[in-house]
Amino acid sequence: MSMDVDAASVNASRPGKPTMSGTPTLEARGLVKTFGHVVGLANVSLKLYAGEVLAIIGDNGAGKSTLIKCLSGALTPDEGEILLDGVKVVFKSPTDARLAGIETVFQTLAVAPALDIASNLYLGREIRSKGPLGTFFRKLDTRGMRESSKKQLSDLGIGTVQDITQKVETLSGGQRQAVAVARAAAFGSKVVILDEPTAALGVRESGQVLALIKRLRDRGMPVILISHNMPQVFEVADRIHIQRLGRCAGLITPQSHTMEEAVAIMTGATTLEVGAGDGASPGTADGSDGTA
Amino acid sequence: MTAVIEPTGMVRESETLGARIQHGLHRHPAIGPASVLVASVIAFSIANPRFLNSTNLSLLVQQVAVLATLAIGQTMIILTAGIDLSVGAAAILAQMVIAQTAANNHVPGVLAILLGIVVGALTGFLNGFLVTRIKLPPFIVTLGTLSIYTSIGLRYSNGQSVYASAMPKALIWTGNYVNIGPYQLTTGVILMLVLFAVTSYALTRTAWGRHVYATGDDPEAARLSGIKTDRVLLSVYLAAGVIFGLAAWILIGRVGVASTNNLTNANLDSITAVVIGGTSLFGGRGAVLGTLFGALIVQVFQSGISLAGVQSLYQVLAEGILVIVAVALDQWIRKVRR
Repeated sequence: MSMDVDAASVNASRPGKPTMSGTPTLEARGLVKTFGHVVGLANVSLKLYAGEVLAIIGDNGAGKSTLIKCLSGALTPDEGEILLDGVKVVFKSPTDARLAGIETVFQTLAVAPALDIASNLYLGREIRSKGPLGTFFRKLDTRGMRESSKKQLSDLGIGTVQDITQKVETLSGGQRQAVAVARAAAFGSKVVILDEPTAALGVRESGQVLALIKRLRDRGMPVILISHNMPQVFEVADRIHIQRLGRCAGLITPQSHTMEEAVAIMTGATTLEVGAGDGASPGTADGSDGTA
Repeated sequence: MTAVIEPTGMVRESETLGARIQHGLHRHPAIGPASVLVASVIAFSIANPRFLNSTNLSLLVQQVAVLATLAIGQTMIILTAGIDLSVGAAAILAQMVIAQTAANNHVPGVLAILLGIVVGALTGFLNGFLVTRIKLPPFIVTLGTLSIYTSIGLRYSNGQSVYASAMPKALIWTGNYVNIGPYQLTTGVILMLVLFAVTSYALTRTAWGRHVYATGDDPEAARLSGIKTDRVLLSVYLAAGVIFGLAAWILIGRVGVASTNNLTNANLDSITAVVIGGTSLFGGRGAVLGTLFGALIVQVFQSGISLAGVQSLYQVLAEGILVIVAVALDQWIRKVRR
């Protein structure tokens, strides 16, 4: 008896968006993760549909990071399962998740500062030259990678970077974040997860990253956004998953609740009526039909 | 009024020039050592015109071959933010294995050389294993293996030297002369240059090279990008060990005697060459080509100072100053931010 906010009804309000089918792109069922006596996740479930931005908010220690680490393969949950396009998957490492099509931009900004932009975009999945040079001498197709990097950046509207051979450490924080997001977007075939992408950025740079997130979504790419910044979450999110004390304290939309209400749920000042015990089907005040 | 405005204009001008130099060095780390090399060659040839003599330059290059080869391996390790203090000891052990097996156990020359390279590889593997599996800092690991490899070398050879007269031709092949115009090189020098070319290619043109740089630059970012950093590190120590084995072969050809007294300063000298060559001790930055310049700079100072009739202790002094200047320059270059 799911009472989730139906992604389809949310997306219907955005013209030109395909209607979501019943199968979520990414689904987590009853994830549990404990660290000794500390409970990181206590039975958390979520669904992510194509073309939506699902924000995950919560106080420090609410289990946000643990949740996305489980989804991105950095941690393996003790219990529960993860389904990708309705098929059960097990990730033993971030590489497993990446190979399955889930790209994560970690809070720590996983870019190598001394390498140039193109090298960073292709780091860990370099392309070799065609012919014997590539096969026998393992030569990289440096030019090809530079050209496609340039194209990927301009496709995402990151025009501020002129020189693709620029070292990443010479870029501003926003540009670096853009490189990290662009890499995720370029290679994430199914899901892009962004952990606090604007935490270290100024107002203008944050705006660029938010615009990037919207463009990704408009291309049909589902995005999970972890953020502390309520105005930003309410600006880009289609649905908001609120974590509290290792559990899902509610699933709301920017339309159904105000920022103050969201913060109240997050801090425990108010509680949403939560599906008894399992926490898998948090109810919302939104009048969705619950067919998801 | 103009007197006030003009100086500020000057300051701004020099700032942009400084920033431009900073950016240039940032992008091409070998420019710094290359300019120092050119400048020192010019300076020493003014001090004594005989410096540019083809005989002197030939000797200079021959003398640098062993150190430069060791410094190739050292560069790869320092690029991963590691350090190898056991460089010289590993090469000496390999050298004694090559000489002893060939001269005393009558193993064919080529096979003896291969054995030496295998021993070099094993020393590198042990260092890499301890760094990646036991998770010990490279400094500590190689400080320990420095003593271990030195003592094994001494025990194995009983401290006895092996002379060229007792060695098969293959062992001293690296000492054969190769004449190029007025310059007299050795096959050992050619081998050293080939090794530079090969490692430079591997580091700059292959995915493995990118992974080496990324691992040294930011291991966490490299790991999250799907790079198996431990495997990269192990491969670097292993490859460096192979290079140390080859350096042992070049050493035998150069010196004509395999002795545990060779290469006493090589451990630190190789680090000096790498650092003067513009490779950052913090990893991820630098180029093997810079190391070639760095090794040449050390040798040019040695030769130039003695030809200029200055006491050789000033060569040591100059080397010390160069190291500090190089590291200070590296810190400055690393500050590039927009």
